[in-house]
Amino acid sequence: MPWENNNTIEFISLFIALQSLSAQIYLETKQLTCIKQDRILFEDLNVQFRRGDIIQVAGPNGAGKTSLLRILAGLAQPYEGTIEFDQNNINEQLELYRQNLLYLGHLPGVKSELTAQENLEFQLSLHGYGNSDAEALLADVGLLAFEQSLAGQLSAGQNRRIALAQLWQSNAKVWILDEPFTAIDAKGVEAIEQKILEHANNGGCVILTTHQELNLPSNRVSRLELDYRF
Amino acid sequence: MEQGNVLSYFNLFKLVLSRDLKIALRHRDDVLNPLLFFIIIITLFPLGIGPEPQTLAKIAPGIIWVSALLATLLSLDRMFKSDYQDGALEQLLLSPYPSFIWVLAKVIAHWILTGIPLIITAPVLAGMLNLPTESFLATFWTLLLGTPVLSFIGAIGAALTVGLKKGGVLLSLIILPLYIPVLIFATSAIDAASYGLPYGGQLAIIGALLVGALTLTPFAITSALKVSTN
Repeated sequence: MPWENNNTIEFISLFIALQSLSAQIYLETKQLTCIKQDRILFEDLNVQFRRGDIIQVAGPNGAGKTSLLRILAGLAQPYEGTIEFDQNNINEQLELYRQNLLYLGHLPGVKSELTAQENLEFQLSLHGYGNSDAEALLADVGLLAFEQSLAGQLSAGQNRRIALAQLWQSNAKVWILDEPFTAIDAKGVEAIEQKILEHANNGGCVILTTHQELNLPSNRVSRLELDYRF
Repeated sequence: MEQGNVLSYFNLFKLVLSRDLKIALRHRDDVLNPLLFFIIIITLFPLGIGPEPQTLAKIAPGIIWVSALLATLLSLDRMFKSDYQDGALEQLLLSPYPSFIWVLAKVIAHWILTGIPLIITAPVLAGMLNLPTESFLATFWTLLLGTPVLSFIGAIGAALTVGLKKGGVLLSLIILPLYIPVLIFATSAIDAASYGLPYGGQLAIIGALLVGALTLTPFAITSALKVSTN
């Protein structure tokens, strides 16, 4: 019957569309090479970071994890190779890429002279979330009642929490998190892990480094191993 | 990509400017240091070369301007340093907005904090050095047009040396030669004014330097910052 055929074709094309949607590549590295102080950190790295991926970049100290994340974020230039966001070189569409990127480095970027709330409001505005409720976000990361405290008077973990509060607001497609769990207590780590999983489930892509074991379903986390090379 | 609240360029400018001013006002010694330095150098000259009014009046323009150069130089180092050290610079570089805007805001904040106090105190110090009253207005105009040039050009050096542990000497070596044109035209304008001659030409040249610095240096500063954070 012709109508049956039509239906089957529709079903198949829908299936293909869903497949390609679930495998949509956000970020792709092509022949990425990084050399620092005459030492090759990684060479010819071809990786695809897809929608819904959680990628843990692992490796010993000095293997080049932070270098890789900084190159992916566009903060550092690779020795060779390119990075593509939505199939286009990031250097040709920096503004668009940055709109879709949240990068939290191993330094939280929190000013000690400003209060927790002022810090968060500034960081959010800088990335286009100017009208979000910073107080509520600070409460989400356990900094209720610390909004008006100067960041310089808060602990290292609390400073990191101020920066991490952006995770509760950001809908950037790609999250790059360098050691997000440093100085965070066990309960906080759990909350951040849940946030990472939620972001991946909502179609985001999370690239992170951490020396801790991730407490996430193992089928969701892929590991990218970098070796220490001499 | 849904963005919460996209800032207009003017609002971004205001945001960064007010943040930098707020930080400086909570960290007052940084603001007072260059000003005190300026006042102390100028008061030392009469002690060193004797209090003859003619001699002092003759060298007053040079003293005021050289002191202003050195006071600015003293304050340059901290323009990007703390942002570099706590990771805030990376966040600024990764914001999707044109770097021109926030670089401009940061340099203008620096000028408000160092240039304007110099402009305000200069007439008092000029009186102390027995500068003829006809030159007071010229001193004011040269400082008003010249000190922003010092901030803009100095920012290039500050951005280039921000990643260095001890960049102070290098900063002076890079920047002081570039300050020479401003120094020559400013002192020549004040000299001309003290003889009752027109000094519009010199002011026009300093004004041209200011327009050039305002429009071109932010690009150089951004590139230098990218190199320093690479």
